[in-house]
Amino acid sequence: MNERITQEIQSIAASMLESGQVAAFLGYSQGTLPGTMQPFVARDVEDAKKFSWNSFCVINLANYLPALLRSLEPPRRRGEPPPEGPLPKVGVLATGCWSRNMVVQIQENQIERQRAVIVGISSRGMVSRRKLEAAVGYREITHIEEQDNSLLVRGDGFEETINRWDVVRDNCQTCVHPDPVIYDKLIGSLSGDRKIPDRFRQVEEIEALSVDDRWQWFQNEISSCIRCYACRNACPLCYCPTCFVDDSRPQWVGKSIDPVDTALFHILRAYHCAGRCTDCGSCESVCPMGIRMRLFTKKLQKDVLELYGFEPGLDPDAPLPLSTYKMDDPEEFILTHIKKGDKK
Amino acid sequence: MKPLVLEKEQAGHWLKGLCNNFDIFAPLPTDKGYSDWQKWDGGDLFDVAKGVPKSSIKTFFFPQPEVLFQFNARASAPDAFRLREPKCQDKPRILFGVRPCDARSVVLNSMPYEEDPYFQKRIQETFIVGFLCREGCSTCFCKWTGGSPTGTEGMDVAAIDLGQVLYVEILSDKGKRLVGNGFFRSPTKDEETEAKDFVEKAKGQALDQDVASILRSKGLMHLYDAPFWNSVSEPCINCGTCTFLCPTCYCFDIQDETLRGKGRRIRYWDSCMFPLFTQHASGHNPRGDKLKRVRNRFMHKLKYFPDRFGPISCVGCGRCVRDCPVNIDIRQVLRSLLEI
Repeated sequence: MNERITQEIQSIAASMLESGQVAAFLGYSQGTLPGTMQPFVARDVEDAKKFSWNSFCVINLANYLPALLRSLEPPRRRGEPPPEGPLPKVGVLATGCWSRNMVVQIQENQIERQRAVIVGISSRGMVSRRKLEAAVGYREITHIEEQDNSLLVRGDGFEETINRWDVVRDNCQTCVHPDPVIYDKLIGSLSGDRKIPDRFRQVEEIEALSVDDRWQWFQNEISSCIRCYACRNACPLCYCPTCFVDDSRPQWVGKSIDPVDTALFHILRAYHCAGRCTDCGSCESVCPMGIRMRLFTKKLQKDVLELYGFEPGLDPDAPLPLSTYKMDDPEEFILTHIKKGDKK
Repeated sequence: MKPLVLEKEQAGHWLKGLCNNFDIFAPLPTDKGYSDWQKWDGGDLFDVAKGVPKSSIKTFFFPQPEVLFQFNARASAPDAFRLREPKCQDKPRILFGVRPCDARSVVLNSMPYEEDPYFQKRIQETFIVGFLCREGCSTCFCKWTGGSPTGTEGMDVAAIDLGQVLYVEILSDKGKRLVGNGFFRSPTKDEETEAKDFVEKAKGQALDQDVASILRSKGLMHLYDAPFWNSVSEPCINCGTCTFLCPTCYCFDIQDETLRGKGRRIRYWDSCMFPLFTQHASGHNPRGDKLKRVRNRFMHKLKYFPDRFGPISCVGCGRCVRDCPVNIDIRQVLRSLLEI
């Protein structure tokens, strides 16, 4: 299945680049280690042969799209309007969540829809390298052979067949929208929305804890954070020219790994994603320390769904709940309301 | 000094005897599946996978953060802004189970930090008990960088794991202070042969080239202007994973922190991958795009450092290869630089 998708990506990219429909095509090439893939930009037909596809494409490609589009525009000064006429386009692969992040980018004026030629692929869920390592008892994996529903994993003195779904990432296992929401071309067929009765189970388990235990859980989860900001930088929602952690006047967050600073970073990062996060799992996949920071944004995803009935990235024309005001917006959670005794 | 032998089941007793005078750290399993440096709690010391633990040992010499001094930040106080030496209550430390690459990193980092009192003091107070490697991981490439799986540079004591026993060599006066008690005996003939065999058979990918001298001989601008930097840097997301996990990345920033009248100046880890690293107060940034930042990281390790100090500033531990979110592989960059 991956071979077929790989071939289709290569031929679609080659023909788009050859015809001049796009100036660059964004996809994945093979990494140097088993279970790693590298985001890759092809600029000519020859490059397109390097594209590859498997279950380890874990970084959200939408993350690269705004900068790649900007790099293709003729250079101009800040504030100067873009030149007249159509600007070069980029071809890009998109699964369900990646395409939803592109929708968010369109809504937030980060990309123009007509400049992205989106090649949709319905996602079967990407594999967590960490889960796979755990499945073989953390022995070093030197070879992975992917079949449709299993992974043949080899290392020094062992060979095991692992059921693919067992090692698919948590966010993919609970994903209900595997199909691309917007696309110009489709590889394979759509698989339709999935029904997951307990998609917020992980969050509910933490919600059920007492306040003290929850705080303990949170602090423990982030205790190994090294403040490398891989989670932030792998996220297509994080595009502020200067991140709040880098501000110096005023400085909001301390620079070392003091637990208070680390906690502040993670809480603020998560809140910045509220109503925008598509649970693509990029943040968690790239964390070198294995922190499950996706659970923080998943909680906010659940809150936004419960409060506003909204899921991000499904409709480019839908207003964003946290940047739109409606008279009947829920406000029971606002502290002054609770104090006034308005709480129902 | 003659080599000694320690029965593995005695190792815990030996170290417990040292606990009064030392804090002991070892790579121990975490609940995240990897092993990492933690304070030893008296438990099993040998349940450690091959290869290196998640973090390097640089944090013991170059802590995140280092408090440079403290001060009273209340302007009205009589001792306002008078600098005080930081209170340091750390005991001397033993790092048990350091791999040759990590031990060598301390030697390399000492070169730029030769005159840094904080770094040097921590070296004085840290005792390295190294473990030589019989075999590495697929990401290990210490031999490329001038190291060896059985190298002992930077170690105070070097241990070879012979199964039931540790074959121990004492390499410094500091090492003598650790091994001076009754748990050790002389090796048998068989043990000596086994240890020799271990060193001879230790595996490690080699490049059969003197990487540092080749890179030193190449023109700086020739490497700087190489055509591959764009494709190397294109997937980079500019996080600090490589620099923070790297044992030989030692760049820092300095900042004053004040809280309720108490002030301290800290030296904390910085990363050349971050735009802020070179941001000028004027707003200009000489390394404003990621190509320049990625190039700088590799040029520093593989050209500027060897030009200045001799060896390349990489020990081949493979952490950046293993954990780079987008699989930027320094081995490929190194090969490209050697070829151009």
